[in-house]
Amino acid sequence: MRKHMASFEIDCTAYLNADGAPLGDLPDFAGDTETVVALYRAMVRTRAFDTKAIALQRTGRLGTYASCLGQEAIGVGAASAMEPGDVLLPSFREHAAQLRRGVTPVESLLYWGGDERGSDFAGPRNDFPVCIPVASQFPHAAGVALAMSLNREKAVAVAIGGDGSTSKGEFYEALNLVGLWTLPAVFVINNNQWAISVRRREQSAAKTLAQKAIAAGMPGEQADGNDVIAVRDAVSRALARAREGAGGTLIECLSYRLGDHTTADDARRYREDEEVKAHWKEEPIARLRAWLVAEHGWSKTDEESLLRGAADEMDAAAEAYLATEPEQAASMFDHLYETLPGDLTTQRAEVSDG
Amino acid sequence: MAELTLVEAVRAALGRALEEDPKVILFGEDVGIDGGVFRATDGLVQRYGFDRVRDTPLSEALIAGMAVGAAAHGMRPVAEVQFMGFIYPAIDQLVNHASRLRTRTRGRLTCPMVLRAPYGGGIHAPEHHSESTESMLAHIPGLRVVVPSSPARAYGLLLAAIRDPDPVVFLEPKRIYRALREDVNDDGTALPLDQAFLLREGSDVTLVTWGAMVVETLEAASALAGRGIQAEVIDLATLKPLDTATILASVAKTGRCVIVHEAAMTAGLGAEVAAQIAERGLTSLLAPVRRVAGYDTVMPLPRLEGRYMPGAGRIVLAVEDAMAFA
Ligand SMILES: Cc1ncc(C[n+]2csc(CCOP(=O)(O)OP(=O)(O)O)c2C)c(N)n1
Ligand SMILES: [Mg+2]
Repeated sequence: MRKHMASFEIDCTAYLNADGAPLGDLPDFAGDTETVVALYRAMVRTRAFDTKAIALQRTGRLGTYASCLGQEAIGVGAASAMEPGDVLLPSFREHAAQLRRGVTPVESLLYWGGDERGSDFAGPRNDFPVCIPVASQFPHAAGVALAMSLNREKAVAVAIGGDGSTSKGEFYEALNLVGLWTLPAVFVINNNQWAISVRRREQSAAKTLAQKAIAAGMPGEQADGNDVIAVRDAVSRALARAREGAGGTLIECLSYRLGDHTTADDARRYREDEEVKAHWKEEPIARLRAWLVAEHGWSKTDEESLLRGAADEMDAAAEAYLATEPEQAASMFDHLYETLPGDLTTQRAEVSDG
Repeated sequence: MAELTLVEAVRAALGRALEEDPKVILFGEDVGIDGGVFRATDGLVQRYGFDRVRDTPLSEALIAGMAVGAAAHGMRPVAEVQFMGFIYPAIDQLVNHASRLRTRTRGRLTCPMVLRAPYGGGIHAPEHHSESTESMLAHIPGLRVVVPSSPARAYGLLLAAIRDPDPVVFLEPKRIYRALREDVNDDGTALPLDQAFLLREGSDVTLVTWGAMVVETLEAASALAGRGIQAEVIDLATLKPLDTATILASVAKTGRCVIVHEAAMTAGLGAEVAAQIAERGLTSLLAPVRRVAGYDTVMPLPRLEGRYMPGAGRIVLAVEDAMAFA
């Protein structure tokens, strides 16, 4: 005899189509002009940051940088749903989320320009710095969530990783624990369809990445990652659940990496321009703008002043970053331990500038 | 004052830490009701509850990474990896995160965590349960690596490790978990994390060792004394940072040094000790520094394990060799 033991469904949240036309009823917050304009501003600001960072890199004034072009809705949607007391644990691509959380453009440029002080955020003091070893931030999120639940903080740890990160053991190990211990953690996947040159379909035979949550005994769902309203809505629901003590959620946000993997990559080696061009039709900023124009009275003047303001802000940030003197060489010892062990004082003295 | 074995001293220190600091939490595989496979956490879940003493799923990378996250968010996690042979998935978290979180955030986030693991050979354990790869860990900047070699030192060093504001890997020499009992005063007194221990004074040769090899090294020192050779025995205890001052002071006195470790010879921590002596103590040397170590082989299964582990005999031979050098 064979019995049916389990089945599952994966839903995908989407509110606006690629042209910015509503697909049905929108969530309540979408009726509030101030809220949705703030989402739009945050995405535009992120793109201005991205543009500036790439320009700095191309002119030899920034290190290797991972652009988030086309994926702004994911970080903005997720971070705008979070409370200040929540903790963000971002991958290296989530500038949108970090900026929205209050990391300043100068801090971020400092980091990508090779200065550790860029991760000493003045704003979100408990947020984690960017995580470069793919998927290793998920166990941290489980640990932060454990601390939050033991301290009865009513806060949530939000980790963001890529589609490629869902193939790593650390992703599964952490997901399993969040499910098992009903921890207040939300894992957001920026499925931008590529992990450097490896396509999403070469990463996993699973139909959705969201369904990986099912094996961990927790809910998983998709959201249109080019629709900031959908991302914010899905993440808000997940955060509310986590805050109630009902545990974590995996949210796979479907988007597309419109840029190279990093400034050190040349994506033309492995994908056709035609494919990229097709995805430009779905990108998140134009879509929200079309809807704002239609539904919230967003005008040409609004648009121009936003673009100018964002560009000015990034110019000023770049200047401030470039004007920042490097730290003293001995600083590499100064945060190694709380108190430098005696055997390292000689090494420190060797690099001291006097 | 109670007479405790090393593993009981570990348990006493864990209990003391849980008692004195509500931020201390314990987790790992089988650390709850089972009390850990070596019983190091026996009885703690009954006293401190499931919130603070937790069985985790079988996930070493997660155990270490979760400790990083919890530590950075204000807790004092003491995580257990069941055997050092299974610590390797966790090393990613130690190298890439625990050891550098303070540096990379310029002190904004820190990582006051302890990762405990029983290590070393000589108990006829199954494959993968006997290696000593501590030098891999001692190579990581930003970590502390501590190895106790007696019940009292286990108690004091573990308390210090838990209270330390930085990540500590605490390797417990399981061969001597129950080898001897010693008076341990469970009064919460910690030991320093940057000082070696002088276990025996002598004027002819310095024996530097740590962990379970302290037993064979002291045995060799007694045997040598019978032949008129006075060996000084140093237990390094903190492999990182290394207390080179104590080593150099002793070598300045004796002029000879034999380093004893269970780990494979090449790139073992003995190489670092020898290099420190060569750089800073060469003029006091009367003979070349010698190492008595595990061979550069795969750790053999139990039938040949005894031939791999350095014994007192090999130590005595190395010392006699050093004494004969002219
Ligand atoms: C553990 C690990 N392996 C390999 C790399 C090198 N690497 C950096 S990003 C990347 C692809 C990541 O893909 P994905 O998770 O989809 O994130 P995306 O870059 O698309 O944002 C690789 C292989 C790394 N940083 N970490
Ligand atoms: Mg990707």
